[in-house]
Amino acid sequence: MGTVAKIIAQRLGLGILTLFIVSIVIFTAVNMLPGDFAESILGQGATPEAVAAIRRDLGLDQSPVSRYFDWLGGAVRGDFGSSFAQANFASFTGSDSGSGLTSVAQQIAPRFANTMFLASVAAIIAVPLSLTLGVLAALFRNSVFDRVVNIATLSSISSPEFFLAYVLILVFAVLNPWLPSLSNIYEGMSFPERLEKTLLPALTLTLVVTAHMMRMTRAAIINLLASPYIEMARLKGLSPMRVILRHALPNALAPIVNVVALNLAYLITGVVVVEVVFVYPGIGQLFVDSVKIRDIPVVQACCLIFAAAYILLNLTADILSILSNPRLRHPR
Amino acid sequence: MSDALLTIRDLRIEGRSDETWMPIIKGVNLDLRRGEVLGLIGESGAGKSTLGLAAMGYTRDGVRISGGSVTFDGIDLVNASADDKRNLLGKRIAYVAQSAAASFNPAHKIIDQHTEGPVQHDVMRRDESELDAVELYRRLRLPTPDEIGFRYPHQVSGGQLQRAMTAMAMSCRPDLIIFDEPTTALDVTTQIEVLSAIRDIVEQFNTAAIYITHDLAVVAQMADRIKVLLRGEEVEEADTRTMLDTPKEDYTRSLWAVRAYERPAKPAILKKDTPVISVSGITASYGTTKVLEDVSFDIHEGRTVAVVGESGSGKSTAARCITGLLPPILGEIKFRGEVLPPNYRKRTRSQLREIQMIYQIADTALNPRKTVGDIIGRPIQFYGGLRGRAKRKRVEELLDQIEMPASEYFDRLPSELSGGQKQRIGIARALAAEPSFIICDEVTSALDQLVAEGILRLLARLQDELSLSYMFITHDLATVRAIADEVVVMKNGRVVEQGAKSEMFRPPHHPYTDLLLASVPEMDPDWLSKLLEERGREDIGDAGMEKMD
Amino acid sequence: MILAYLLIGFLGLLFLGWALRAAGRGLIGSPYFRDMGLSVAFGYMLAVALVALLAWGYWLSRFAPPEIAPRYFFLRIAIEGLVLFALAGWLFRALGRTLGTAGSRKVFRAMPVTAAFGILVILLYAIVAIFAPLLAPYGQDQVLATANVVPGGDPALGGNPDFPLGTDQIGRDILSRLIFGAQNTVGFAFVTTCLAFLLGGTLGFLAAVLGGWLDQLLSRFVDVLMAIPSLIFALLLMAIASAWAGSERWLLTLYMVVIIAVIDSTRVYRLSRAVGQNIVVMDYIEAAKLRGEGLGYLIFKEILPNAYAPLLAEFGLRFCFVFLTIAALSFLGVGIQPPLADWGTMVRDLAAFINYAAFAPQAASPPLLAAGAIALLTVAVNFVVDWMLYSSSGLKE
Repeated sequence: MGTVAKIIAQRLGLGILTLFIVSIVIFTAVNMLPGDFAESILGQGATPEAVAAIRRDLGLDQSPVSRYFDWLGGAVRGDFGSSFAQANFASFTGSDSGSGLTSVAQQIAPRFANTMFLASVAAIIAVPLSLTLGVLAALFRNSVFDRVVNIATLSSISSPEFFLAYVLILVFAVLNPWLPSLSNIYEGMSFPERLEKTLLPALTLTLVVTAHMMRMTRAAIINLLASPYIEMARLKGLSPMRVILRHALPNALAPIVNVVALNLAYLITGVVVVEVVFVYPGIGQLFVDSVKIRDIPVVQACCLIFAAAYILLNLTADILSILSNPRLRHPR
Repeated sequence: MSDALLTIRDLRIEGRSDETWMPIIKGVNLDLRRGEVLGLIGESGAGKSTLGLAAMGYTRDGVRISGGSVTFDGIDLVNASADDKRNLLGKRIAYVAQSAAASFNPAHKIIDQHTEGPVQHDVMRRDESELDAVELYRRLRLPTPDEIGFRYPHQVSGGQLQRAMTAMAMSCRPDLIIFDEPTTALDVTTQIEVLSAIRDIVEQFNTAAIYITHDLAVVAQMADRIKVLLRGEEVEEADTRTMLDTPKEDYTRSLWAVRAYERPAKPAILKKDTPVISVSGITASYGTTKVLEDVSFDIHEGRTVAVVGESGSGKSTAARCITGLLPPILGEIKFRGEVLPPNYRKRTRSQLREIQMIYQIADTALNPRKTVGDIIGRPIQFYGGLRGRAKRKRVEELLDQIEMPASEYFDRLPSELSGGQKQRIGIARALAAEPSFIICDEVTSALDQLVAEGILRLLARLQDELSLSYMFITHDLATVRAIADEVVVMKNGRVVEQGAKSEMFRPPHHPYTDLLLASVPEMDPDWLSKLLEERGREDIGDAGMEKMD
Repeated sequence: MILAYLLIGFLGLLFLGWALRAAGRGLIGSPYFRDMGLSVAFGYMLAVALVALLAWGYWLSRFAPPEIAPRYFFLRIAIEGLVLFALAGWLFRALGRTLGTAGSRKVFRAMPVTAAFGILVILLYAIVAIFAPLLAPYGQDQVLATANVVPGGDPALGGNPDFPLGTDQIGRDILSRLIFGAQNTVGFAFVTTCLAFLLGGTLGFLAAVLGGWLDQLLSRFVDVLMAIPSLIFALLLMAIASAWAGSERWLLTLYMVVIIAVIDSTRVYRLSRAVGQNIVVMDYIEAAKLRGEGLGYLIFKEILPNAYAPLLAEFGLRFCFVFLTIAALSFLGVGIQPPLADWGTMVRDLAAFINYAAFAPQAASPPLLAAGAIALLTVAVNFVVDWMLYSSSGLKE
């Protein structure tokens, strides 16, 4: 077990290092903005005193390096600083600077929960569905079923998310008024209500992710079924069920876990467009809105959260596939 | 005829390639009695594995039985239902595959895979089968038979795994076992152990077997009868001794003759001659692991030095040092008395020209996107500066030398050539540089025997005509016997022994050379028995020695 | 309730499948039915049920009374479209099999209908994109007299034969904008992909051939860039770019091209490096090195000719990805900027029309047309790439 622990520790360290460097990249990118945040917030007619005040509030008068570490230190504690949009608003209302600023964390937290809910619903539908379809397509490969599924998934992967979203809205919300086309979720909603409003965006994500996951599962299983030990199991006269369950499945676990984690990582980016289509109050929509109004602290924070989730899922895939490798679990 | 176990009549098998079905087996008959071992022999593409699997009523994906019958103990395997076939497989007909490492499931322990068959077929209970497995491991002379089953496949060496698979095939005491090239992937010294273990256990349980191989000497040890296949058709069949002594067909005779090819010995080397290549005291490593230590040998003009050793002995690394791909840490390489820069990047164009290489796998040695003319033409242009018609004329001369008419082959791509032809193009490319020294890295080991012999004869002829020097890297002692003037034996990165070939094949030797030489199967059907008898005496002798200590 | 229906349907189909198998065994007795699993029989029945359902829907769309029929309008379009596409692909392949040189005929003979359809669509898009100004009846930002004209050209339904696909909220001709959209969206995606390949491909091959510290440095850098989800990264950089561009909107479009090209070049780098490394270990490369060949000869004469097939396939996939990213950015409002017409922006602008679908299906179609135009091209490219990968891998599973 020593080697496995060592490899996993290595991967974890590498993941944290990557995240650290990614945070530098994000911070540097944002600091490439022309001019000064403070000036762009207040406009050109602002008095030098007001600009200086805002600069002080936002910590813009410090060196980039110390600003970076302030930001990173805050981010680790869950404090992403103050939103510019709110700062802007505060300066207009003339209220005392500082007290009128809403923290980015306050803005993000509920939306983050909403996004997690959406992604989980999509994953709960997509994972079992795509694994089943993928295994079936692999078992009946080159049959009519396999070809139809191949064309359908290829089309689904290739289509932009908003196309699938509008088709679903067309069928399930407009032509047949079964589900709401707008997902206006608010706090204190009952769970079934919330689920009903989340279902269409979740289905859209499911369509995209299922196609990917199913194709990868199919490829992994076909690859596996071609290995000599599966032929050996068949030549030992074992029943097809036993060949699959006992000989294929334990070895398929690693690739399948990998496929699932990779696609959950994909889900994270898919969320952005889908949330905008359905006006779903999640982190993706917040991100897009902040990009449009250039609310940099929010953009920075969302970007870091997306990247962290992405890295974390890829890391999980990596570690799980290490754990399921018998060569590593039982060294010589 | 109650004695008959397996009867195959006019069997035809087809395989799908590009939407059409091509015949693989074209009407083969086969009879096997209980307890009899039949050797199936043929070159690649003869359809021996397909036939072996068909004897189990099994075809791979994209392959189908299109005619004829397979009858096992009165059961029609071609038309049997899937369930009926499943009841036979593993229980009454078992299979031993070429690569044990790939055919054991990496996720389960060996013994779990062993007991699966007997338990599923209701032959034994799990605990009985486990005890039985240990007994089989003991009989197959596996080290630590009580424990080895409780390891995972990747924790056991290749030769042991192959024996464990034989034990697994035996687990239900089948009437018939199909052995599909079970020792091809093993080194010669390991091969002996596996062969003798398989032979003994098949004898002990009086199991019938079909033994598939391309190696004549191996099949001579194992089989009662031999059937020779060529491109899906039977050439001839006879009992082993008759087949070895008096083969009837030309094809069989030519297969047998390959073994007999040997070049006449050359006069002794004069001491004052400067060797073409002189390797002195080189030590080399990959990273921190040392792969060569203090290796020295000379290669003289017009001579062939065979460098022999098993996988991992450092023989290919020595070649990489000579070409300059892997600069040695210590020692130097001289070309006609002049020290070569260790790194090939530092060598002059004429130094590079003098040393050429021919590779083991012709497929990866030729750029698949270039025509034969371009491949051979490039060194001519690069070193000789010839262009246009002069270049073409030179390429045509070279193609003549390797016995491939330019009119037919000049514009072909490598994919349109056979394995032997590709290897010939590799030779022509080396010749195009007009070198005085060529490294041949296992050039015949990926080829069928007849083709390999053709390549060896070609190389010998070119050597005589152009007085070339060869460094011939190989693991096959038959090749050494055929072409070498001198032999260098390597093990674990060191030279164990070197000298003229005539001395090498005559004792006394370094113990490793001895082992290597003794492990090469010979065409004599009694060779394995004799060898084991000798070894047995030695073992007893060793045991006696231990007691005395 | 729905669950109960599903369960009944499932059991019914299972029973039908069982009955089919039993009948097959009893009446025909061929080994095919003998060795057939119940799941396969169930699959057949499920397929039959689905086809029957679709046929019923199609029948309703044509012959049902006008208060129901519009609801099946889109089903009808979908079915007719699918049949039409399949037919077009099939005809195109048949054409390819009879015309052209022996080599091209051979290619078409080994081609599935999907790939033929893909090639046909790509050709059509290329023609439309190149000749857009000639084909479009109006300018891309030309505001015409009448707004909100319903597509279909039927005055009874609010259409106008001058505008076959109708006009948008401010009175621009949708057909013209779709045609110019081909030029803009496809054109920018193509340029971006080429840039990404130039950058990523060059560096990837250099890393593969030279190895050493250059390879290490580039690879680690690419690892970091790839750790940020690409759409998120693109949005972040677009936020910064929009500040740089200020009010110069064409500049923002230019920045977008560069940003997406850089982000996508990381993927190209990974692939070309991997392909390059696979080729570099080949013995013929070693032979060329030992001959004393220079770097240029190695890359251009020995490696590249062997890398065309995977690179071409990757070009197709990358193009799709870039195309979808641009469409997504435009849809989100930070991509291609007006006055240029593009499909992503059109979908966003026209999305509200979709709510009329239940009673006026024609009026609801413009946003779907724009989104469908995107989907059609990417599906087509993917069909071709899928076929290329399948045939070049030599795998006949």
